[in-house]
Amino acid sequence: MRPIQRTLLGPDLRDALALAAAIGLVGVSFGALAAAAGVPPVLTVALSVLVFAGGSQFLLVAVLSAGGGVVPAVLGGLLLNARHLPFGLAMAPVIADRWPARLIGAHFMIDESVAFAKARGTGPRARRAFWLSGLLAFVVWNVCAIGGMLIGAAVPDPEVLGVDAAFPAALGALLLGQLRHPETQRVALVAVTAALAATPFLPAGVPVLLGLAGLLVAGRAAPEEAR
Amino acid sequence: MTWAAVVALAAGTYLLRLAGIVLRGRMTVPAHVERLLDLGATALLVALAATAALSADGGFAGWARPAGVAVGLVAAWWRVPFVLVVVLAAATTAGLRLLGVP
Repeated sequence: MRPIQRTLLGPDLRDALALAAAIGLVGVSFGALAAAAGVPPVLTVALSVLVFAGGSQFLLVAVLSAGGGVVPAVLGGLLLNARHLPFGLAMAPVIADRWPARLIGAHFMIDESVAFAKARGTGPRARRAFWLSGLLAFVVWNVCAIGGMLIGAAVPDPEVLGVDAAFPAALGALLLGQLRHPETQRVALVAVTAALAATPFLPAGVPVLLGLAGLLVAGRAAPEEAR
Repeated sequence: MTWAAVVALAAGTYLLRLAGIVLRGRMTVPAHVERLLDLGATALLVALAATAALSADGGFAGWARPAGVAVGLVAAWWRVPFVLVVVLAAATTAGLRLLGVP
């Protein structure tokens, strides 16, 4: 097994580093934005380390710096992060078998680490991929947030660099393999349609949750029971 | 920004993450439900990718971003290394914006 592990970790590590680099660029812009909004450095770092969910961090800073209340800001962030509950339902067996590790792994369960692990099935390789991508993302995200905070206004606009295209492209690339199954294609089509249709009308986070409507077109019996 | 806001969001987010994992640990999940949970995570990620590619603040994100994402996906389909997929997507979007595409 050992040579196989070694050959698999190589490309997995390379891909996890690429994913982390994209996450880092967003982290830099988060740090810069928080500094520009006048968030005290210690709170920016605490937010990055303790929440570790980019979208909700941006939302909290945006709402509070625009004069919004703490309660709606936090609730908005939690709505955005609600998808982590169904992620946990699916990912628990991949993350770890025992409790202390599951408690720790929960914090590293982000969109990217879930997609990165799922692209590698459900076995030991998926578990390694989860921890590798999750821990790398955590370190890079926080280091880059601090960096962005320190550089502040000198950080180039992430839109100019096209950073906003990197996240959906990376996510899509990680999901392509699973989309080869016709059933997953059906589920994905309905999920995307439901989420996009709801986007103009519902608060951020809810349209993505409506993606679960895709399960309505999932068949009852597994096509490959052995999977 | 206050400590209360940071701690509330951090605690709530961690509990959301933990809740699914705890629930799964307490259930004996039959194979077909396990498959649905797995498909559910995929459905959420696909919905997330699509909304992140196409929308900004509840409206259309403009053409530059989805065009970059499309280039990245075509590259991924051709089995271009993941690193390049990410770079191609960002570079396409950045290039289009440089040309004045919103």
